[in-house]
Amino acid sequence: MATARTARPGAWAIRGPMSQRQYWVLAAVGLIVPFAAWWLLASIELMPKVFMPGPADVWARAGAWLREDDLAGDTLISISRVVIGWGLSLLIALPLGLLIGTYKPVQALLEPLTDFIRYMPAVAFIPLVMLWIGIDEPSKIAIIFIGTFFQMVLMMAEDVRRVPLAQIEGAQTLGASRGEIIQLVLLPSAKPALVDTMRVTMGWAWTYLVVAELVAANSGLGYSILKAQRFLQTDKIFAGIIIIGLLGLIIDQLFRLWHRKAFPWMHRKS
Amino acid sequence: MDASEVVNAQPKVRLRGVEKIFGEGDGATVALEKVDLDIAPASFTTLVGASGCGKSTLLRIIGGLDYQTGGEVIANGHPVTGPGADRAMVFQQYSLFPWLTVMQNIRFSRLLKANRGEWTSAEVEAASGRAEALLNLMGLARNANAYPNQLSGGMQQRVAIARALMPRPPILLMDEPFGALDAQTREVMHDLILHVFNLEKSTIIFVTHDVEEAIYLGQRVVVMAPRPGRIDSVHTVPLPEKRTQDMKLAPEFIRMKRDIVERIRETSGMKTDYDLLEKLSRQASL
Ligand SMILES: Nc1ncnc2c1ncn2[C@@H]1O[C@H](COP(=O)(O)OP(=O)(O)OP(=O)(O)O)[C@@H](O)[C@H]1O
Ligand SMILES: [Mg+2]
Repeated sequence: MATARTARPGAWAIRGPMSQRQYWVLAAVGLIVPFAAWWLLASIELMPKVFMPGPADVWARAGAWLREDDLAGDTLISISRVVIGWGLSLLIALPLGLLIGTYKPVQALLEPLTDFIRYMPAVAFIPLVMLWIGIDEPSKIAIIFIGTFFQMVLMMAEDVRRVPLAQIEGAQTLGASRGEIIQLVLLPSAKPALVDTMRVTMGWAWTYLVVAELVAANSGLGYSILKAQRFLQTDKIFAGIIIIGLLGLIIDQLFRLWHRKAFPWMHRKS
Repeated sequence: MDASEVVNAQPKVRLRGVEKIFGEGDGATVALEKVDLDIAPASFTTLVGASGCGKSTLLRIIGGLDYQTGGEVIANGHPVTGPGADRAMVFQQYSLFPWLTVMQNIRFSRLLKANRGEWTSAEVEAASGRAEALLNLMGLARNANAYPNQLSGGMQQRVAIARALMPRPPILLMDEPFGALDAQTREVMHDLILHVFNLEKSTIIFVTHDVEEAIYLGQRVVVMAPRPGRIDSVHTVPLPEKRTQDMKLAPEFIRMKRDIVERIRETSGMKTDYDLLEKLSRQASL
């Protein structure tokens, strides 16, 4: 009467396993269906083409943008703004987060303030930033910095605080000094979480880049989107948005790859 | 059985009137009250007692991870002011460094010294031989390059012990190191730790709530009592130096176990309420 039951639980078991192949098939379905829906919607011309261009139009416009206009230049300048603004955040947030997560007095001094500032909308700082530093390159970097820095500090402090006390005490009873515990225990132990924080905040940096370029720029992907709106080039708006999405996806995947390569002890279960 | 008996003129660890109060005002807990204890060099002392009687607190104070609110703690001839390499500690779990391999974990103390440039190359060479020897002693030779999360709980504890032994600590503090292991693995670990003790001649203070474990391992068993945490009695184990598993069936072993369990039961203020259980089971059957 007992039906044969394999030991392997099904894919719908809570946190159940799934084969690589099944995974990629479903992932492909998840990507292709919305794309096909878009294509279908555009081809029956429910809406005028000016408002709803199809994939082919967008593809053609992206090609023209690349050949006749300066897509490569726009992309490059946008990426460099993101990297500089976010990198500057990281440069200050990492040591500060480490200090806040390690020393109570630093936490008391800085965390409430940071907590307060991070609830101020970064976008509302734009007029102020423009008044103070104008509309040149530094202002865009400043907006990205304001948008990412305060969150990054708090998240990194939390990453450091999550290092188990037993690891710290283990090192202490082996004779590690304060500096050695920071360098040889806190940092390596928190590193995977820190890389994840870097990945997440990088995503936010892209959002603030577009905001900055929409408001105060004459180059970059965000600026091109804004310009396209003036000329009613909806296909170019589509192209710009998709390119930004793809760039974000690529960077995100690079971070994940780094995570897998740098922390084999987290991903390798035997 | 005097709690403050002086075992040796030069004790390895000396506690005098040690007191620990957590918190202040109404919420204060007296975790330890007037603890006097001397630990002789190269001795194996086990600490038992009801849950919450301050065993961990006492061990952490000796290890320098916590501080006493009164009294004096002297280890290796110096007042304890913080944690140090002369008092290694093995925790119940989760103290290994998951990003380091088994071998790197064991060599962590060596890494510290090498980083400070304190070592000559001859010493580095000798230490590397010791790491290998400890690895073999713990039966981990095949797992040298594994990460902790790839090991069973028993293997992880063996790594933790090897890591603690690596710098030849004069004092080894262990807080329920086998608490999370199954009975069979524990027995193996018991004989292993006794072997290590005979080999290394370090001074071991071992906390457990398993009375049988305390007697089998210890030369002396210190029984603690709760509320407030204090030393209730000290029992000298009447077994030969070299222990074997069948000694657990010897009459003097069983007698001692009964005595100690009795002391713990009496001081813990907890006992089985047979009447209540009877009543509950009658209700359940209705
Ligand atoms: N950090 C702390 N803050 C406040 N009270 C504490 C703290 N640590 C321990 N205590 C209290 O001190 C007493 C002794 O605790 P301790 O952990 O030393 O007991 P224990 O004998 O190790 O118990 P167990 O067998 O359950 O491990 C307990 O009443 C506990 O509640
Ligand atoms: Mg305890």
